[in-house]
Amino acid sequence: MVQFNLPKNSEVTKGKYYKSESSSTNLKKVNVYRWNPDDGNNPRIDTYEIDMDNCGPMVLDVLIKIKNEIDSTLTFRRSCREGICGSCAMNIDGSNTLACTKSAKEVNGEINIYPLPHMSVVKDLVPNMKKMYEQYKSIEPWMQSNKPANGSESLQTIEDRSKLDGLYECILCACCATSCPSYWWNGDKYLGPAVLLQAYRWIIDSRDEERKKRLKKVADELKLFRCHTIMNCTNACPKGLNPAKAIGSIKKMLITEKAD
Amino acid sequence: MSYDIINHEYDVVVVGAGGSGLRAAVGLSEAGLKTACISKVFPTRSHTAAAQGGISAALGNMCEDDWRWHMYDTVKGADWLGDQDAIEFLCKEAPQAVIELEKYGVPFSRTEEGKIYQRPFGGMTKNYGNGVVQRTCAAADRTGHAILHTLYGQALKRDTEFFIEYFALDLLMENGKCHGLIAWNFQDGTMHRFRAKMVILATGGYGRAYFSATSAHTCTGDGGGMVLRAGLPLQDMEFVQFHPTGIYGAGCLITEGSRGEGGFLVNSEGERFMERYAPSAKDLASRDVVSRSMTIEINEGRGVGKNKDHIFLHLNHLDAKILKERLPGISESAKVFAGVDVTKEPIPVLPTVHYNMGGIPTNYFGEVLTKTSDGSEQIVEGLMAVGEAACVSVHGANRLGSNSLIDLVVFGKAAAVRAAQVVKPNSSHETISESETQKCLDRFDKLRNADGSTSTATLRDKMQKTMQSKCAVFRTDKTLKEGLEEIQKPWEGLSDISVKDRSMIFNTDLIETLEFDNLIRQAQVTVASAENRKESRGAHSREDFKERNDEEWMKHTLAWHKDGKVKLDYRDVHNFTLSNDVQYFPPKARVY
Repeated sequence: MVQFNLPKNSEVTKGKYYKSESSSTNLKKVNVYRWNPDDGNNPRIDTYEIDMDNCGPMVLDVLIKIKNEIDSTLTFRRSCREGICGSCAMNIDGSNTLACTKSAKEVNGEINIYPLPHMSVVKDLVPNMKKMYEQYKSIEPWMQSNKPANGSESLQTIEDRSKLDGLYECILCACCATSCPSYWWNGDKYLGPAVLLQAYRWIIDSRDEERKKRLKKVADELKLFRCHTIMNCTNACPKGLNPAKAIGSIKKMLITEKAD
Repeated sequence: MSYDIINHEYDVVVVGAGGSGLRAAVGLSEAGLKTACISKVFPTRSHTAAAQGGISAALGNMCEDDWRWHMYDTVKGADWLGDQDAIEFLCKEAPQAVIELEKYGVPFSRTEEGKIYQRPFGGMTKNYGNGVVQRTCAAADRTGHAILHTLYGQALKRDTEFFIEYFALDLLMENGKCHGLIAWNFQDGTMHRFRAKMVILATGGYGRAYFSATSAHTCTGDGGGMVLRAGLPLQDMEFVQFHPTGIYGAGCLITEGSRGEGGFLVNSEGERFMERYAPSAKDLASRDVVSRSMTIEINEGRGVGKNKDHIFLHLNHLDAKILKERLPGISESAKVFAGVDVTKEPIPVLPTVHYNMGGIPTNYFGEVLTKTSDGSEQIVEGLMAVGEAACVSVHGANRLGSNSLIDLVVFGKAAAVRAAQVVKPNSSHETISESETQKCLDRFDKLRNADGSTSTATLRDKMQKTMQSKCAVFRTDKTLKEGLEEIQKPWEGLSDISVKDRSMIFNTDLIETLEFDNLIRQAQVTVASAENRKESRGAHSREDFKERNDEEWMKHTLAWHKDGKVKLDYRDVHNFTLSNDVQYFPPKARVY
């Protein structure tokens, strides 16, 4: 049996323990992945005891409390705090989700917080998202139509518009892509669920005139067909979207529509 | 400590990649100008994403409409403090701007005929205040998100050069002219100097100066801070909009569109109290009116909940199908943040800081204005501002809901058009002295190595709580004077601030400190402007000066900030229109 070992510098060590001074009985232990690119040390897990009686309900509130009151060097992205900007995606309690909409109470026992898996880490909970953004650009996420930009609006039936529901709401948080084993192994070539969901959003828009070109562009062994319907993406999506279904729809269209 | 500088030269640098910054960048790229767009967050993370209800334009898809009616509503909503030439421009351009967005691919909701769906919104009326009009174009209740993603796609299409996760530090000014700016790339820790013939600030509002705001954590008014440090004034900063329906506790936004679709507010006695305050518009009166009414209800003991300190928003009488189709986003927010099933229970809400009518003074081309020592108005060469960061002023003393998104795209485009006229693409960049760069780096380095005893979080908390208690919905001479004194403390605290993280890479401790430096200046300017304005107008409501006083106060406040002191002056409100297509709307009593 082959033994896989992590490279020495990626072994996670035990970090600092921050004991709470509060006498509260509602303490929760929060274990947070820390890695500083400057000091050359291995990543570590710091543990913070948090008085949940004096903390907001969401995991993001917990992180902000740590940053404000205990350790201002803790690093994570956040912005809207209401699940619409997609900044605070991370791995909480073993699942990828948004810290701002994840209730701390829902986590049984200690809360384990890691960056999104299989991305290079910039610092602490901040992953490098560049690759996914490039892939997003590669699917040309803009309307392709020969209609002039002025004049009157293009009409779209309620039915045609409803085909975009469940697609346009994507916030590009990458929770889905980074929970997909196929994306883990082939993330450089496989577009992954988030980007394919957006590809489908444009393919299915009745106003777009380049459906065939778009289909042809993703009809690729690696870009599309690395999806093995594992469905982790759909399980992970914090917005309740279904990238797996969208990918399935693209595959089906390729068979039924025969893009030349 | 010295920093290695990476130099860039661009025709135009846009700071901020929300709705207005992206729309400007798209226009600039189209015009063939070498354009950079700098943002501290990836574009689709910008706060435009959080706009819900819609974007106003007199398309007339649902009923007869006229851009003049829209203009009248905006003038009245602004309590006559808006500049009517700019408002005419906004409302006249609005329909085409929305059509352009539709062509760009925004997934607007549709009518039976396949046209863009429009919903009623606060203060939007037909025939100059006679009945409700459906003017607010919506993509369910995720309009901002849909527009932001679409505009980012358009910028990608035009290969706009983005500098993502760069924090803009300061403008490079010489002889009153802007020549570019310094920005810190916190992804890799490098320092950058952008020389530009035009800098367009599209940095958004500073809602986070307050304790409870619908604004994102990143709404720290970085452009306003840069402008104040450059010795330029901000305008009408006393006008801070409280949105009537932030979720109680969490502060997350529940769109006004929820009332547009038929929702209403109820007090502890089960009364639809807005009928008393605004007999004709009721729950669709403008935001300042509704927020004040709610605050009065709570103050008079008719609030709901254990502490009688909030109000209920009822949507449970609405058809579940309508809620699912048109208000899915807030249904989800109410579930997550208030534990409420909107089909069954009311949402607990509270007026919450939402929007800054004030900002960087500009004309309707987006060019930044200042006043010289001899009192004459002057365009600041090389500098423009758009979006919430700017004060054109189209929103005057109070913005109407859905007028913000349209402001972003109309003036984002206008700024690009103007820049294309003013900037000579192939001309060389003027050199300016190194001392400007050094001044900026010194400030940066000082804060980076700050080893005082007070954390940024502590000072920020002090500032936010002061603003929340002393400069809120209702104001008096007493609260404002106390506010002036108390807001000095977090400002003075800057000299004893503590930054623990010394890294150049993703140092969010330092970023929050730089943001605090931007916020506190604007907080000071806000309280000072509010204390100074001795009347009630729009969102600025003084209990000791209850009436609007056009004779004395029909003027914009200008505020400069230097060494913790605020200097005030005024500008005339434009009491003229842009063309003969419409006549000036003279002030009258504002009744809804």
